[in-house]
Amino acid sequence: MTHSIDRLSCCFRRRENTGDSETTPLLRAPPQDPEIPLPAALHHVFPNNGPLSPSHKKVMDRYAGNKIRTTKYTFLSFLPKNLFQQLYRLANIYFVFLVAINWFPQMEVFHREITMLPLVIVTVASSLKDALEDFRRYKFDRIVNYRAASVYDWKQQDFVLKCWKDVRVGDFVKVVCNEVIPADILLLNTSDPNGVCHMETANLDGETNLKQRQVVRGFAASNCSFQPEHFGGTVVCEKPNKNLTHFKGYLAMPEKKKIGFGRESLLLRGCTMRNTDSAAGIVVYAGHETKAMLNNKGPRYKRSKLERKMNTDVLFCVGILFIMCLIGALGQYFWLGTFPSTPPFVPPDSSNVYIPPSLSGFYMFFTMIILLQVLIPISLYVSIELIKVGQIFFITNDVDLYDEETDSRVQCRALNITEDLGQIQYVFSDKTGTLTENKMVFRRCSIMGTEYCHKENALRLAALDEAESDEEDPAFPQKKVPSRLQFLKGKSAAALRRCNSARARIGVRGQAEVTLSPHSDVAFSSPLETDVAPDWRLQRITGDEAGQMEAWGRVSRIGGGACYMDFFLALAVCNTVVVSTAMHPRQRVTGPLNSSTLKSLGHIQTLLKRLGSLSHVIASLHSIPEKSGPTSPASPASPAGPPASVPAGDEVDRGGVTDSGSLNTSLEDSEADLPSSDDVPTETSANPNSDGLCYEAESPDEAALVHAARAYGYTLLGRTPDHVTVRLPQGSLLTFEVLGTLAFNSVRKRMSVVVRHPMTNEVIIYTKGADSAIMERLAKSAENQPEENKRKRIAAKTQRHLHLYAKDGLRTLCIAKKVMSLQAYTDWLAVRQEAESAIDNREELLMETASHLETNLTLLGATGIEDRLQEDVPATIASLRKAGIQVWVLTGDKQETAVNIAYSCRLLDQSDVVFTLSTASLDECNSFLDCTLEEVKRYGVQPPWQSSPRGLRGPTFGLVLEGHTLGLLFEAGLQLRLLELSRHCRSVLCCRVTPLQKSAVVKLVRDKLKVMTLSIGDGANDVSMIQAADVGVGISGQEGMQAVMASDFAISHFKHLKKLLLVHGHWCYSRLAGTVIYFFYKNVAYVNLLFWYQFFCGFSGTAMIDYWLLIFFNLLFTSVPPIVFGILDRDISAGTLLSLPELYKSGQNSEGYRHTTFWVALLDAFYQSLVCFFVPYLAYQGSDIDVYSFGTPMNTASLFTILLHLAIEIRTWTVVHWVVMVGSVLLYFIIALSYSALCINCNHPSNPYWIMENQMADPVFYLVCILTTVLALLPRYTFRVLQGTLALSPLVRARQLDMLSPQVRDSLIREWRNQESTSEAVPDQVLSSPTKPGSPTEPTVDRGLTLHKDGNEDTGNPFSPGHRRSISTMTI
Amino acid sequence: MKSQQAANRPDNTAFTQQRLPAWQPMLSAHFVIPGFLLIGMAFIGIGVALYITSQNIQVLEKDYTGTGQYTACSECADMQTIPCICNVTFSLTTLFTGPVFLYYGLSNYYQNYRKYQVSRDDVQLWGDVTKSPADACAPYQYIDNKPIAPCGSIANSMFNDTFSLYQIINGTMKLVPLDGKGIAWWTDYNIKFRNPSAQGSLQDAFNGTMKPVNWSKPAYELNPSDMNDNGFLNQDFLVWMRTAALPDFQKLYRRITSGDYALGLPPGDYVLQIEYNYAVKDFGRKKVVFSNVTWMGGKNEFLGVAYIVVGSLCLVMSVVMLVVYAKYKFADENA
Repeated sequence: MTHSIDRLSCCFRRRENTGDSETTPLLRAPPQDPEIPLPAALHHVFPNNGPLSPSHKKVMDRYAGNKIRTTKYTFLSFLPKNLFQQLYRLANIYFVFLVAINWFPQMEVFHREITMLPLVIVTVASSLKDALEDFRRYKFDRIVNYRAASVYDWKQQDFVLKCWKDVRVGDFVKVVCNEVIPADILLLNTSDPNGVCHMETANLDGETNLKQRQVVRGFAASNCSFQPEHFGGTVVCEKPNKNLTHFKGYLAMPEKKKIGFGRESLLLRGCTMRNTDSAAGIVVYAGHETKAMLNNKGPRYKRSKLERKMNTDVLFCVGILFIMCLIGALGQYFWLGTFPSTPPFVPPDSSNVYIPPSLSGFYMFFTMIILLQVLIPISLYVSIELIKVGQIFFITNDVDLYDEETDSRVQCRALNITEDLGQIQYVFSDKTGTLTENKMVFRRCSIMGTEYCHKENALRLAALDEAESDEEDPAFPQKKVPSRLQFLKGKSAAALRRCNSARARIGVRGQAEVTLSPHSDVAFSSPLETDVAPDWRLQRITGDEAGQMEAWGRVSRIGGGACYMDFFLALAVCNTVVVSTAMHPRQRVTGPLNSSTLKSLGHIQTLLKRLGSLSHVIASLHSIPEKSGPTSPASPASPAGPPASVPAGDEVDRGGVTDSGSLNTSLEDSEADLPSSDDVPTETSANPNSDGLCYEAESPDEAALVHAARAYGYTLLGRTPDHVTVRLPQGSLLTFEVLGTLAFNSVRKRMSVVVRHPMTNEVIIYTKGADSAIMERLAKSAENQPEENKRKRIAAKTQRHLHLYAKDGLRTLCIAKKVMSLQAYTDWLAVRQEAESAIDNREELLMETASHLETNLTLLGATGIEDRLQEDVPATIASLRKAGIQVWVLTGDKQETAVNIAYSCRLLDQSDVVFTLSTASLDECNSFLDCTLEEVKRYGVQPPWQSSPRGLRGPTFGLVLEGHTLGLLFEAGLQLRLLELSRHCRSVLCCRVTPLQKSAVVKLVRDKLKVMTLSIGDGANDVSMIQAADVGVGISGQEGMQAVMASDFAISHFKHLKKLLLVHGHWCYSRLAGTVIYFFYKNVAYVNLLFWYQFFCGFSGTAMIDYWLLIFFNLLFTSVPPIVFGILDRDISAGTLLSLPELYKSGQNSEGYRHTTFWVALLDAFYQSLVCFFVPYLAYQGSDIDVYSFGTPMNTASLFTILLHLAIEIRTWTVVHWVVMVGSVLLYFIIALSYSALCINCNHPSNPYWIMENQMADPVFYLVCILTTVLALLPRYTFRVLQGTLALSPLVRARQLDMLSPQVRDSLIREWRNQESTSEAVPDQVLSSPTKPGSPTEPTVDRGLTLHKDGNEDTGNPFSPGHRRSISTMTI
Repeated sequence: MKSQQAANRPDNTAFTQQRLPAWQPMLSAHFVIPGFLLIGMAFIGIGVALYITSQNIQVLEKDYTGTGQYTACSECADMQTIPCICNVTFSLTTLFTGPVFLYYGLSNYYQNYRKYQVSRDDVQLWGDVTKSPADACAPYQYIDNKPIAPCGSIANSMFNDTFSLYQIINGTMKLVPLDGKGIAWWTDYNIKFRNPSAQGSLQDAFNGTMKPVNWSKPAYELNPSDMNDNGFLNQDFLVWMRTAALPDFQKLYRRITSGDYALGLPPGDYVLQIEYNYAVKDFGRKKVVFSNVTWMGGKNEFLGVAYIVVGSLCLVMSVVMLVVYAKYKFADENA
């Protein structure tokens, strides 16, 4: 650690303004002496660039190596470990118990080997599966472990290639472009002069946009090559944890300095390096301690509601088994007691001693358990797993749930809760990105109190919509798909995929078009919503202003004409948008260089041709030098040249591309420049796209704002951590030095960028954020009164505009700025750096310092961004409603926006009575709850979405809750009353809620109302809500993959929820419910045959059916049909289910599987087994039939009964059903015949030789089988027929509809609907409004109670009075 | 290109989209009425046929336990004199149509008792007496360390009453020939059971084995009159070893097929001479049964009656369905 300070300062030069940080009192002393014990709570990494001291080595040896082993077992540990793990399964324990008791000769029923068979089969099968999976993992691990990484070897003083597995913590690793990062690396050096590199985290979270990473502060300058041997610091950071979004620590340098760093300097294992030639750093976590590996967990395991209920019923089966065994034991005892002396057929035990009846009875209890073991339907669990695999196959293969745009299907991430989809009662939805597209469109803005409504934009968007709906529209020929395909042909498939995937979320289509544009010279090349048609008034003002910008550096004119410029500069600068050109990242990422070169050449040719034909030749040539020379200061349009020291980041970025590439882009730039001087607004709006800039923003709002700024000529050209380059409308470049970025977070609800103005050298802070976050931070007192008044007026006006925007359903942001002196900023920075290097409560410190800076702001204006509703959202919500599902919307947006969206997606109806609860006072909450509860109860106790008696239907209620009020209610323990109120409301809307509140609401409803809940969301803020609900659905949309990663099902559009629930949910539920019931029935019906026989064999545990046939009966003959039934049965067609959402209610009410259903099934099973036993019994009574000949017709009749029972239940017979059914019967006869033909001396004592053949030669066998089967099935069949005839349940009615021809069906469905709506239409019930806003008893809440007059209603009860009987639910 | 663009697109086939052509039976009244009618008629037809067939079967049962209400063989019931011979007499007024089967029947005798039923050794009965008998035979496995052949409870408890039938013609007793061949299953006699093979006589083959405890004579002397009817292939033994399914059972003893009685037993008086060896009075009863058989086996009225009842039930059901359907249909039309 004794390296020359000079060299260090050369390699790790630090910025001068951070030099005083070591004197600040906030810092704790770094561990200066490495020999003293290190705090265990921190993770110390000593660089591996020389021999380590023993104590360091000891520390470092504790850390995991980079070798990963995701296998569960090793070769040796496989058998014991796997067996042990299998024993954890309850079913296996049951089997082991059976095997154990069968080992006692007194209780042995079957051969010991036979009893072991199920256990062995199950164990071996799952062992094989585990072994196979493990082997696959092993092979994958091997591949990963033997990947090459470039690691610094201090002995050779150079980077050498090593396997990934040999990388250790503390190693210096160099990663080159497109390489996968081998471990978690603290970034110390990149090839980029600005000290940044980009990585793609698709492997980690599926997000394909590039994440920028930054060299640890102070290491940024790399004008000399990175030399790890001179690195003398120690990395101190947190212990390995799985939090991907959080990382902090500091570098303890030998000169006793501490340099803080955060997650922006951490390269994560598994990510791919992009856009950067090479990067180097020190490994901080390796192998299993990396964040990626810690986050790596398998699919979630949930238990569905149906399975929970099933488990209780299995317990009932255990009870029945117990009773039956008890009967057997007592029977044996009393039966033995009936003989005065021991009869010849009761042999003594092997030692010639007669067992006393009581002991014999005791043994018999266990014997009976073995005999009747099938009563516990272990096979059910295996079958259910198979069924769910099939169900998931069909869900994921539904072409209706496939999204072309992202080429994604629905994903089932939880494998065993498919049937829960059919029982949902409450849906909790996020708003942004879930109900809306989260494709932000800049719609309006207000600058200095003046509103610019951008009518042109609205018109243009409308026109676009029209064009999209009408493919033949000649006005927009270029947006057609063929042209896109044409473009796509030129590129490799991978590039194409990347284009279409989430990567370029904002500019997906735009980009495709942009690259295409050389082949088309129509201005309207892109239909993208990101394009903004500027407001002509604003356009003129900015144009004027720009014209006056001759002397930029004169004064900072706050409130003057320059504020327009400030406004757009703020839009362009105040963000974290990464700029890339269309060519740049893709070339490097996707394809070999030569192909792109070729392409570029062709590109240039076409360009040149066009240039020649255009009248703008001169203008474009004129602008080429301006663009191509990064530091050329002189340009006619920009009299005040940019500072020479500042390179344009954009141009530097392109430095890595081949010559032709850069020529290409500069040509493109020049072309792009042409129309910018044009006055036609539409063209200006369309053409900036063609300069090939692609904005990759973390939030779509930011991108929308940047695009908006570009529409007015303020084009963001490049962004590095230190500089932002903006092109002004006149074409001059303005490069700001970025002094700091205060990132956005949900608590602060604002972000700021601190820049130094290149001309004035002033430090300017641009802030944007929610109005609540900005308005209270505006400068309060100005120096002079008129200024103050003006400010107030502007603020008030802006506030009014904001209100208007929100009412329009726009997302609002306030833009503000602040100018401060350099000195003030340096002072602040000092404090800030202390906060940054703090390890404890760093978050709070950072927040505090940030808010310290963001005060005394000057309001520039506000923006309104539209977030358009997704396709079919209102229809989907309406369908869900009709299906009896309560839809709640939980959003972080402000109330007005949320309410507006709620109206537009028909969550709230104009006829609804909407209660709004938004108050900070608990008393008000209380009285509000009292009042509203009283009010809603006047309209009947029954919740309105359920069928209420005719005429009593009152108004429907909506409830709007504010986040902070919600928090208040939770704190005060008023949740239950809120819940009571909400149960009377048709829709509930919670706005401004935090993620935690979202999950609290979901949990409240789920636990207190005992209902099935579903949460759907798309963002990280929905994760907790998604996890809290019974079923979590993630939307793979704009906001990354966190929601999807946490979800059970991932869809791509909200509208897919409709089919997922109404069709697949319904099917899965009815299928599985039917299968489960059937399995219970089947086992009881079959095993009871053995039980009844006990009454005729002295309760001795004799089975009259051969053991193998007994086992095969469950395993082969009757196993496949119910599984096929569970996968394929379709009670009602998808179309009918979708057009009659009411049918969903059967699943909600668990009509398919209830306790009554279960017990009826068991009763039926008892009846059928009685028939199956006693018909043969009576037929063969007194004859000379032997035991196993007697069992054969029973077994056969039972097979027929059980299969035909299923046949009655099957509602749709496809080829598969027929094959399986007939196949099962054939299989039985083939196996039984061949078995009894081949088994001469086997299987003592049944010894079935020729029994089956003998029986089948006997006509009585057939007579008995037919009679038994008919008699056994008669009741169920009759019942089903009556049910089908009387059409008691809506499901049966719907099935009948399904049978009809499509036309008739459609008209009948319409009729059904009409009947409902007419029956539901309440004869204009005028609402007296006892709680008028402002009445004395009324709590003074924000909006109070708003009462809307009742209009015509078309939702609600699906069943007309004429069909009122159909409401009575069927239990079978 | 297109396939790559939609690489994830699910196949739009009838199977994956769950649109396979399907038959959807709608179980409604009018749909099932013909079925019910058909089944009902068919069942009643079968039932009547079965019933008539069963009625034509002649059965003559004689309980000879010697206790209780039947006093035949009461002198032997106490099992004091061994052997005890007793006679059961009966007279026929009409021809007992042949072939007549002679059964012995035991009641409340649980041959299906599990431990009893497993107490045998199939390998031994297949002719292998040299190997030690299966454990299942215990405690009838060894005597003085010599294996019992045939071992086990079933063999040990073999029914050993013997019957001979005489017709009394003018005071003299004319022996009715009883045919003991082929009363066991063909497969049992020919495949499943084998006598141990050895040079010399059957006795040599059984050398080194012991007879079952309750047996009075060893296996190779079961039928002194027919050398081929001995050992494990003795027909009565085979019949006994096929354990009965129910506690009240009968087993075929002999058939009357030859001589003057090939067409049946003519009217007249008969004496059944019984060698009473088998004690059952502690738990059940025993009887002899004369019966002739048809294609449906012995007499059983149940099957015919059951068919008629179920058939009628189906007919009733079809009427009910008709009513229901009519009512529903009219109600539907009215609505």
